[in-house]
Amino acid sequence: MIPGIIIGLGVIMIAAAFAAIYFKSLLASIIAAGVISLLASVIYLILGSPDVAMTEASIGSGLTTVIFLFALHRVRKGKSDD
Amino acid sequence: MIKKVVVLLSIIGLIAIFMPMITQFQERENLNELATDYVNGSIHELGTPNVVTSVIVTYRGLDTLGEVTVLFLATVGVGFLLKGKSEDKIEISASELLETTSSVLVAMIMVLGIYIFTHGHLTPGGGFQGGVVIASGFLLMLLSNVNAKMNHSIMHFVESLSGFAYVGIGVTGLVLTVGFLSPKILPLGNFGDLFSAGAIPVIYSLVGLKVGSELTSILVTMGGEK
Repeated sequence: MIPGIIIGLGVIMIAAAFAAIYFKSLLASIIAAGVISLLASVIYLILGSPDVAMTEASIGSGLTTVIFLFALHRVRKGKSDD
Repeated sequence: MIKKVVVLLSIIGLIAIFMPMITQFQERENLNELATDYVNGSIHELGTPNVVTSVIVTYRGLDTLGEVTVLFLATVGVGFLLKGKSEDKIEISASELLETTSSVLVAMIMVLGIYIFTHGHLTPGGGFQGGVVIASGFLLMLLSNVNAKMNHSIMHFVESLSGFAYVGIGVTGLVLTVGFLSPKILPLGNFGDLFSAGAIPVIYSLVGLKVGSELTSILVTMGGEK
């Protein structure tokens, strides 16, 4: 049961990683990268390391996504100014 | 063409390197010597139920100090490079839904963050996780109130004070000859109490405050001043 869940999550993570590379829209890529971190944190939790899972969920999928979004906003704003 | 061949070759090389990890994987039955020492030491010497915290704060305390320093340098770099020119205020305001929800949620998120870092030695989590949770509470505040101004000097004050106190605890350990960053400068207390495990909760609370204020200041610098 548990190995099946982990393999399933891993397959979704790989798919999300390819999606993050091949999406045309940068916004969609950022969201896909956040999904990878969120699923990784679920895997850490299943494997019995709640400390790492908390770090991954809060930093990897929360803060990094937001910082990427802010950076994207700034880059777009800089372009439109020219 | 050559680029694709190189990419393919490097992928095959990586598979060849990591294949033994799957094929020759053996699950360990026992902890190795160092891990046994850490697990016994964290319970009998330091009185910390959460072994991860005792490793991060005490056995690998110098690494944690280094991590905190790296985070500090990253914050300084972001602040230096993105010194936002604060332009005129934006007219748009956040939606009513977000404003109402955040007025209830922000306080709860802050309390959760403080809980995570003060109970770092008892339950999973600790200074870094709690700090990030606090920063996300500030982020919600920032998103719901677009024209809010964060007081940078208070954040810098909290950050420098907690960093200074962290190093101060380390040096106190040297003065009392129990070792740099050793938690034994305070009494160990009862196993499992909130105020136990020596200076570990103090150190993790300081790390939590420092990480929280640093990440908040990164978020404010990057997103607040549009």
